[in-house]
Amino acid sequence: MAESQIQSYTINFGPQHPAAHGVLRLILEMSGEVVDRADPHVGLLHRGTEKLIEHKTYVQAVPYFDRLDYVGTMNQEHAFVLATEKLLGIDIPVRAKYIRTLYDEIGRILNHLLNVTAFIFDVGGMTPLLYGFEEREKLMEFYERACGARLHANYFRPGGVAADISQELLDDIGAWCETFPKVLDDIETLATDNRIFKQRVIDIGTVTAEQALDWGFTGPNLRASGIAWDLRKAQPYEIYDELDFDIPVGKNGDGYDRYLVRVLEMRESVKIMKQCLAKMPGGPVKVQDSKITPPPRAEMKKSMESLIHHFKLFTEGFKVPPGETYTAIEAPKGEFAVYLIADGTGKPYRCKIRPPGYVHLQALDMMSKGHMLADVVANIGSIDIVFGEIDR
Amino acid sequence: MTQALKDLGEYIASALTQELLGQEVNRCGELSLTVRTNAVVKVLTFLRDDPGCLFKQLVDVCGVDWPAREQRFDVVYHLLSMKHNQRIRVKVATDEETAVPSVTGIFSSAGWFEREVWDMYGVLFSDHPDLRRILTDYGFEGHPLRKDFPLTGYVEMRYDDETKRVVYEPVKLTQDFRSFDFLSPWEGPGLLPGDEKAN
Repeated sequence: MAESQIQSYTINFGPQHPAAHGVLRLILEMSGEVVDRADPHVGLLHRGTEKLIEHKTYVQAVPYFDRLDYVGTMNQEHAFVLATEKLLGIDIPVRAKYIRTLYDEIGRILNHLLNVTAFIFDVGGMTPLLYGFEEREKLMEFYERACGARLHANYFRPGGVAADISQELLDDIGAWCETFPKVLDDIETLATDNRIFKQRVIDIGTVTAEQALDWGFTGPNLRASGIAWDLRKAQPYEIYDELDFDIPVGKNGDGYDRYLVRVLEMRESVKIMKQCLAKMPGGPVKVQDSKITPPPRAEMKKSMESLIHHFKLFTEGFKVPPGETYTAIEAPKGEFAVYLIADGTGKPYRCKIRPPGYVHLQALDMMSKGHMLADVVANIGSIDIVFGEIDR
Repeated sequence: MTQALKDLGEYIASALTQELLGQEVNRCGELSLTVRTNAVVKVLTFLRDDPGCLFKQLVDVCGVDWPAREQRFDVVYHLLSMKHNQRIRVKVATDEETAVPSVTGIFSSAGWFEREVWDMYGVLFSDHPDLRRILTDYGFEGHPLRKDFPLTGYVEMRYDDETKRVVYEPVKLTQDFRSFDFLSPWEGPGLLPGDEKAN
């Protein structure tokens, strides 16, 4: 039998592919079934967010952040409102800090639930995705009860949060925290020790600690490579320095470790949520300064001054003194940051969004080189990308 | 924290006297260095490898447009040192023609960031291995984040049923883009015409 020569060839993967996690177009140069080069083409979801923000007031810019990573939305808003508050030089009430932290962690679980289960789905396990979506639905109800929207929250505002939440809602979140670990156990039973799952993800897309630093990895992907770095611990914002939680760290930096780190992070998030609920103080949820946050509706009916404040805030917005800041938070996917330049007017001069997924996707070529075609899918699933934030 | 950053800034200034144009800790407590454009690779290598800095991660590169300046673009690098738990900002200035040396040789993460700056601002990078557009459409013209690029863009796209393909046409707005001037000060505009009569 004559030996056949395998030619290298190029295949197009996506943008309409269920395993591409959105609108990823990959140009894969293959030799046989082995990947020589993976060239992601991104930008199919580019909406010019940064340009639009330059033409909006600071308050009007907040909803754009929901539409970046639309899986756990409030975390993105958090980076922007923190940056704005830093430039304004204001400190927000304690209750608002607790609410923000609580909803940050809900966002983290929302994100990890989708990513972990979709990752399992990508490599062949369907059931966890269905389990995960049921819990996500419950969490999105908590979003809805706080701000009226399931996904695009627009809840965090410069100076606090949009509205207070009721004790009933807090009790329901507390009740959910009790039942959720059981669901997580169920998901883990199906995947963590599953032979097929392990065969597909262990030693696939291994990233060493040096590579992770060089390629700018952050968040769970960095921690899976063995570097204990979490902005909630290292550069704490809001009340994270008062809370007791652990940072799960991986050893091998492969797809399996990234999965494990995310599962453990969800358990830590539940711990944080419980502490927030137990310590939740009373008081106002936004700074009591009508130059920055709007006065209560009832007051507007009686006081001329409040009416003027309201009008001014929602037409021209507040003015931010000139300055620049790079403010980063630990979003579920990694370091999400906003580089904000204010020029003294009511609109940002420049608002650069630093999405974690953009950096991680860039490393896909490095991770996939020499792997099989099917492993590319596992790699995409394991680095947790969402195109809303990559394409902006 | 701020004191540590001030010390760090002075340390870097003493080590890189030729390359540095300025350094300051701003009111938000963040350290910025302004650097000669052609020295950016040297500065970033120093920041990465010097035991007093160890900024091992390049977390962000972005452009800023200042149309009034002669060198209208800033390229801003953000670095993170996990060892010392510090961040630093490095700025270089350039114009439409002068290329900024690419830092992809020292930080792999710079690759896409520099492509994005090229795409959005038209800043050139020398020695970049793959300087293509990244976020805009295939065949896009112009650099959308420049301040002189209109918010609405120049072309819009639709599917044309007659030719059975996507066509590009000049933007037609059903309503003019409205931009309000809100620069009147919050505290009241000061003297208005006619105020002199009131006094």
